[in-house]
Amino acid sequence: MKVTVDQDKCVASGQCVVAAMEVFDQRDEDGIVVLLNAEPPAGQAEDVRHAAAVCPALAIEIQD
Amino acid sequence: MTSTVNPVDERAAQAPEFPMARAAGCPFDPPPGLRDMQQEGPLAKVRLWDGSTPWLVTRYADQRALLGDARVSADINRPGYPRQAPMPPGGTGVSFILKDDPEHARLRRMVTAPFAIKRVEAMRPGVQKIVDDLVDELLAGPNPVDLVEAFALPVPSLVICQLLGVPYADHDFFQENSKVIINRNVTPEQRSTAHGNLIGYLDDLMGEKIAHPLDDLLSGLAGRVTAGELARDEAAQMGVLLLIAGHETTANMIALGTLALFEHPDQLALLRDSDDPKLISSAVEELLRYLHITHSGRRRVAVADIEIGGEVIRAGEGLILANDIANRDPGVFAEPDRLDLRRDARRHVAFGFGVHQCLGQPLARMELQVVYNTLYRRIPTLRPATELERIPFKHDGSVYGVYELPVTW
Ligand code: SF4
Repeated sequence: MKVTVDQDKCVASGQCVVAAMEVFDQRDEDGIVVLLNAEPPAGQAEDVRHAAAVCPALAIEIQD
Repeated sequence: MTSTVNPVDERAAQAPEFPMARAAGCPFDPPPGLRDMQQEGPLAKVRLWDGSTPWLVTRYADQRALLGDARVSADINRPGYPRQAPMPPGGTGVSFILKDDPEHARLRRMVTAPFAIKRVEAMRPGVQKIVDDLVDELLAGPNPVDLVEAFALPVPSLVICQLLGVPYADHDFFQENSKVIINRNVTPEQRSTAHGNLIGYLDDLMGEKIAHPLDDLLSGLAGRVTAGELARDEAAQMGVLLLIAGHETTANMIALGTLALFEHPDQLALLRDSDDPKLISSAVEELLRYLHITHSGRRRVAVADIEIGGEVIRAGEGLILANDIANRDPGVFAEPDRLDLRRDARRHVAFGFGVHQCLGQPLARMELQVVYNTLYRRIPTLRPATELERIPFKHDGSVYGVYELPVTW
């Protein structure tokens, strides 16, 4: 699984952080998404998929 | 004159009034008319107070698609925007939630930092203390008591005041004024006066923060005003928005949620007997889904033609995305009308979707988790002090809830 985020689209809702804390974080200044791991292990795949599904700004893309 | 009747015009002529009434005896369920529309098709026409007939979108997938679509505008000043109520004379300033990007994004990003997950988590012990103290006061005070006044409103008000740097001592003033603003049935003049009062109040406060900045959100905005990045009236406008949004919505979730749990004793027992953060958090999501207190729908206007389910929304036509019925879409949530605190309801649209999704949601979630995990455990015999039929519901509000909830223990 390969993950990319689009910081220009992100609206800092933090939903991705709640869904997959090992993979996503937020910048201190404005809460915009920071990708911690672009190739998360299989064990986190479901959480990452969930993060992409709940992201209101469609800022998370996943390639399998 | 032509004799052929345009089918869209015909539907508009027959469009039912919106908002619709809920069924008597079903205070937690969306109006039955919405349910019928959801079954019939993706789009329906409704008639608003001003005679306009925007589209009503009832299905979950369509709402998410439209709220994420750049051809859909949130700009209240565009022709065709389906307004909730008449504009006050002279209009009021428009906050960023009623603007489009890039202006919306510019302003929103100035206030997102305090709502980041880690920052909100750092506030949790402070919120727990606020809730514990209020429960102590409840237990030491009169019994029965109105839970709205004694608990549901003070919790989020205290929290948002701390976060913004607003003196809590002024809460009567801003609660009275925000009540008027979110009531759908007041006159435009009344709304304008209430809004003016709050703007004046926030503007004064902003002056103080500019002179003596502290470590709070309004001081942060004051710093931007000083740096020339933000106009002072924009800052006051944002302060009003955050203040209203920060206490009204959460207060209604606390009171209405408690009432819903009273009506579902097995679910209430789950919360009372559990200390499992997973269950508490899924309970909060499910209550957000089930109660959908933002029952006036998300309002938008199409800026280009959009095809949906074989029909075309034309540029300039208004859209109302009824998130209450979307949260009860049987295609997404099994047995949607059942309150089931154990289900995975995280995909609900109670906070909206798209770039305008509620900015304060991490804070709202955390507050509700603390409240639902504390109140019923600490007062295990908490129960209603009156019958359901006697409870006044906010049918007239743009945010749904109860005006009063008498409780005893
Ligand atoms: S869920 Fe989406 S919008 Fe929210 S912080 Fe993550 S990437 Fe940004």
